[in-house]
Amino acid sequence: MSALPNVETQPAAPVSATDAALKVEDLNLAYMVRGIPRPVLRGVSFEVKPGESYGLVGESGCGKSTTAYAAVRYLPRNARITGGRILVAGEDITKKSGDDLRKFRTNHASMVYQDPGAALNPSTKIGPQVVEAFTVLGQHGDQAMDSALAALKRVQIADPERVMGRYPHQLSGGMQQRVVIAMALASDPQLLVLDEPTTGLDATVEASVLDLVRALIAETSSAVLLIAHNLGVIRTMCDRVGVMYAGKIVEEGRASRVFERPQHPYTVGLLRALPRHGVTKSERPLATIPGTLPQIGTPLPTCVFVDRCPLATDLCRETEPPIVDVGNGQWTRCHHWDRIDQIKEPAPGIAQEPIPHDDLALRLEGVSKTFRAGGHDVPALVGVDLQLFDGETLGLVGESGSGKSTLAKTILGIEGPDPGGHIKLEGHDLSAMAAQRPSGDKRQIQMVFQNPDSALNRGKSVRSILGRSVSKLTGLSGKAVDDRVDKLADSLRLTQRHLDLKPRQLSGGLKQRVAIARAFAGDPRIVVADEPTSALDVSVQAAILNVLSELQAESKTSYLLISHDLGVVRYLADRIAVMYLGRVQEVGDSETIFRGPNHPYTEALLSAVPNIDGEERTRIRLDGEVPSPANPPSGCVFHTRCPRVIQGLCEVTEPPLAEVEPGHLMKCHIPLEELRRLQAQRKELVVEEQSVAPLDEV
Amino acid sequence: MVRWLARRLVLSLITLWLLASIVFIIANVLPNDVGRTILGPFAPQESVDALNERLGTNDPLPEQYIRAMRNLVTFDFGNSFQNRTPVLPTILAAIGRSGILALYALLLTIPVAIIAGLYAGRHRDRPSDRGIVLAGVTMSSIPEFVVGTVLVVVVGVQLGLLPVLATPPPKAGPLEVLRYLTMPALAMAIVYFGYIARMTRAGTIEVLESDYIRTATMKGLTTQQTMRRHVLRNALVPTVAVIGVQIGYLFGGIIGVEKIFNYNGMGQLMLLAAQRKDIPMLTAGVIVIGIVYMLATLIADLIIAWMNPRARLDTAS
Amino acid sequence: MDAAATVTPGPAAGAPSGAVRSERSQARRETLTVLFRKPGFLVGLIILGVWAFCAIGGTNITPYDPFNDFARRHLPPSPEHLFGTDRLGRDVLSRVMVGARDVLLVAPIAALLGVVAGTLVGLTMGYYRGIVDDAISRVVEAFLSLPVILVALLTLVVLGSSTQVVILVVGILFTPIVARTVRSAVIAERQLDYVTAAKLRGESGSYIITREIFPNVLGPIVVELTVRFGYAIFTIATLSFLGVGIQPPSADWGLTVSDEYTNMISGKWWPTFFPAMAIATCVIAVNLIADALSSVTDE
Repeated sequence: MSALPNVETQPAAPVSATDAALKVEDLNLAYMVRGIPRPVLRGVSFEVKPGESYGLVGESGCGKSTTAYAAVRYLPRNARITGGRILVAGEDITKKSGDDLRKFRTNHASMVYQDPGAALNPSTKIGPQVVEAFTVLGQHGDQAMDSALAALKRVQIADPERVMGRYPHQLSGGMQQRVVIAMALASDPQLLVLDEPTTGLDATVEASVLDLVRALIAETSSAVLLIAHNLGVIRTMCDRVGVMYAGKIVEEGRASRVFERPQHPYTVGLLRALPRHGVTKSERPLATIPGTLPQIGTPLPTCVFVDRCPLATDLCRETEPPIVDVGNGQWTRCHHWDRIDQIKEPAPGIAQEPIPHDDLALRLEGVSKTFRAGGHDVPALVGVDLQLFDGETLGLVGESGSGKSTLAKTILGIEGPDPGGHIKLEGHDLSAMAAQRPSGDKRQIQMVFQNPDSALNRGKSVRSILGRSVSKLTGLSGKAVDDRVDKLADSLRLTQRHLDLKPRQLSGGLKQRVAIARAFAGDPRIVVADEPTSALDVSVQAAILNVLSELQAESKTSYLLISHDLGVVRYLADRIAVMYLGRVQEVGDSETIFRGPNHPYTEALLSAVPNIDGEERTRIRLDGEVPSPANPPSGCVFHTRCPRVIQGLCEVTEPPLAEVEPGHLMKCHIPLEELRRLQAQRKELVVEEQSVAPLDEV
Repeated sequence: MVRWLARRLVLSLITLWLLASIVFIIANVLPNDVGRTILGPFAPQESVDALNERLGTNDPLPEQYIRAMRNLVTFDFGNSFQNRTPVLPTILAAIGRSGILALYALLLTIPVAIIAGLYAGRHRDRPSDRGIVLAGVTMSSIPEFVVGTVLVVVVGVQLGLLPVLATPPPKAGPLEVLRYLTMPALAMAIVYFGYIARMTRAGTIEVLESDYIRTATMKGLTTQQTMRRHVLRNALVPTVAVIGVQIGYLFGGIIGVEKIFNYNGMGQLMLLAAQRKDIPMLTAGVIVIGIVYMLATLIADLIIAWMNPRARLDTAS
Repeated sequence: MDAAATVTPGPAAGAPSGAVRSERSQARRETLTVLFRKPGFLVGLIILGVWAFCAIGGTNITPYDPFNDFARRHLPPSPEHLFGTDRLGRDVLSRVMVGARDVLLVAPIAALLGVVAGTLVGLTMGYYRGIVDDAISRVVEAFLSLPVILVALLTLVVLGSSTQVVILVVGILFTPIVARTVRSAVIAERQLDYVTAAKLRGESGSYIITREIFPNVLGPIVVELTVRFGYAIFTIATLSFLGVGIQPPSADWGLTVSDEYTNMISGKWWPTFFPAMAIATCVIAVNLIADALSSVTDE
């Protein structure tokens, strides 16, 4: 890995060290595992100026989290900084220890974490914890208390006194994160690090937290380092972005530029793997990056990406690629960046005649499900009417409490619906619980789970997992089972070698393929996919979405796709149903839903999602949190948060789910044309704003 | 909170009833000729039958069961086979004496064990931690009477540091009494050190790895402050639980210690009852100790609920 | 672990099942290698091995006859009698060696009984939950509230002390403890999606318990077996010491301590000390092995 002496492999420092709030210089870091150092960061260099926000993106194992924690020197015991420096406000923090380090953390750096609930002490009230953030700064008594209250008000918590008297588990996720942010800003730090701050929060809550963070950053002059795997979040929050792969930054530049005109083959692959710009499965498959992500600590060739790069040549294996300045503050680490346009887009799919979605595979009529918890009735589903046609994908969208998981469980027979509702499969009523259904029915409806580690029995080999599913669902035995297992493996691109392995020896993507193969073991008519790609990296997700799409085209299976990722839904779904508090609010073709006009909730949801394509939208801010399903509001359940609520009508009467135009159902009192007009007005506003903002040039 | 407590009490009562039933089954259902047991193998059959009739051991089982349950509720544990006096006062007095020994043992072991556990948890995988764990495993593997034996031999006989028998002279002052009780208490303390230290260690490790400790460190708190304000309260929860459980088991292990050191407590009483086949004494002893165990775990749960608000508030909201 | 887990029947299954089987034995070999590297495990195994050797060898390898050979009473340890003689003049070393047989025969059986019964109960409670779980939990808790030694005392008085009764009592009293451990493990497994997937295939409860869940909880069960073994030695020695366990003329260690401990005060420490140390080393050895096993099965 020796570089030629006169080739620049570190980015030139554009400004002197004292200007940058955070300056990472050639950072090398390794984890000691059983005495052997496994390199994680291989020479990371970047800087963030005060008031600037810098994002680090990458997939699992790229080292972005490690970099973030290194910047605040909070590393596990077996981490060793083997080279380089980290300068915060001019001081090298790699040399600090003990009390020095503590003072650094108190005064100069703060962090916001991924799981805010876990980041708060469960047995202490909020008040003392927030006050503590000020007492370490030297404030005491009343002064600290006043500061704490002010901090909570600053993060837009309406009733700070009451919140201070609560315990963390009594607050919602969004509230908890606000508290953490308040504590982080207490010291007005030079460096603010945010590690996946909104992962796990609902879309609308995520939007308001991100808005808050953006507003607060604008007020302070902190340098912000943001780690996220969601490229949309990075795009909307960061000025500049660094793309990491295998412990190195491979490309850096202004967020808008990097995402619109990537200059490194990895970035290109990553962006093409995402469903963007409204592409759908019928247009083309998603681009995948061949090969797999390198394991942490494996020795790598000169260019870390060479094994998977479409532009790779022998040169790439011999010499470390140089930093190439491509203008406008963007640089890339590649020999062949000038050939970047040669990377082919994936060919459009075999021109698919649209699958005729005529026959009804599944029909839900008046399905409700009420749980009993702690003496209360919790209506998780209320009067759901839904249809699923042969060969189509119905996307189910909604936030927590929407009932989408419950709906999936009811269809599968894991939960039984309340009496009175009907679920009809191919015309006949399905028994409530899976155990009571005839094997023919069981075979027809199968599931792909979110977490492939939990979904496969870790003690069994792949072959035995698939073999059992085949024999149990189809009744075959002997050689017929083997043949079918081989065929399934083939269509999921699993090799014979994979069949002999156990799940823990497989990567996430492979495990998910096995799970999908298992679902297809009995050639089902309907497959319920519950967040099938949420646990997977972007490049792996693309491969899974492609495979799902292929299988559907081949076998005309219907999918019920549950996902919080609207990009994935838009790509794969033919029709979309939007749920809120156990009720279906809107159903329609994918195109119609994304074009509008929409139910006000859908409208808010669509505007909330941080978009990687950077379409600036005026966000519709929904006040408050999603109400608890145990206490649904009267009338239209959305009326408490609806920006278009009609007083006197919406809180009294629940609107029916009506067909407002062919194939498009909505549960709203406002007539379609009125909605169209109102929502067009908002879009005009958006277009105007866009033309006013300056284009991103350095 | 009240609702939780009420629910807990109801559950405890059910457990108590089941416990008493189990004891009933052992004492009355298992094949056993009570009359013969009392009078011995040489007594004439008529005396045996007469005794059985008087004791009511030939009555149908349901009748015996109801009688036993009624007695339980009225705290009538019957009379000792041996001296025909009510069993309960004797037992209570004996428990009192054993209680002193047990308390002394706990006072010796709990502070040391907690400190050791916290230290081990903080210095995980270092030699000191491994040493503490090894010591704990070793010491808790050895039965109390074995430890007692070794202590007697080493400390009592060879070194002559402490009195060998736990029988202080009648007029002895409190310090003198303590001197006599030290070795038996030490024998138990050594054995129970292991469990408590390891629980504390496990609790400490879990807390130290949690995210909110990361938050505290990132705020800039010193290690001292972090330990005091954030670690202790959460790490000690499993410790309190295990202490509650150990209090119950203490009264089992104390028998061996009391025998070796000739201490006139619950253990000796039960042993004597076993030798004399005094079944009412034994059954009463079992039930009373069972109640002690349930009370100890109930109090432990109460303390945990106070330390861990999530459990407390779950029922209130 | 479970040989029948290979589902591909029929003549064509030769190669695939062979590959799976060899892969499983390779995993087992790897586990054993890790185990043998742990010092605790090795020490425990050696100590236990010594006692096992004594137990198997019995009177054939003792320097003197432990039951009938009477020399001078209470001779202190000397080259002829390494552990001295007891109050009846019997060689203490020989008695200690032979005493291993009682312990190592009775304790494992009691432990096994408790573990087998406890596993069955725990599997049922953990999988079926609901009323079954609640009801049995109450009974389990009632059993756990009982002081083991005292209940054993009571039962042995009622039924008379014999080796069989001791095994039965200890085994039954261990069942609830094991059931609780197994229950937690089963509940953790049950929440995983592969169990749901099995239900969606229409697998019966017994299939899921035995073929899907059980192989994955076998690790904790093995650890529990070892731990219970240690406790069994502990408890049975204590019961013998109290006089209600194994009866004379057995050379059981607890019994020996009980016979001789009053002589400690007059300075005759050896007939008590050595059997006591034998008990201690045995239980420590088993616990060291259990600790090593538990760290290995913590996947």
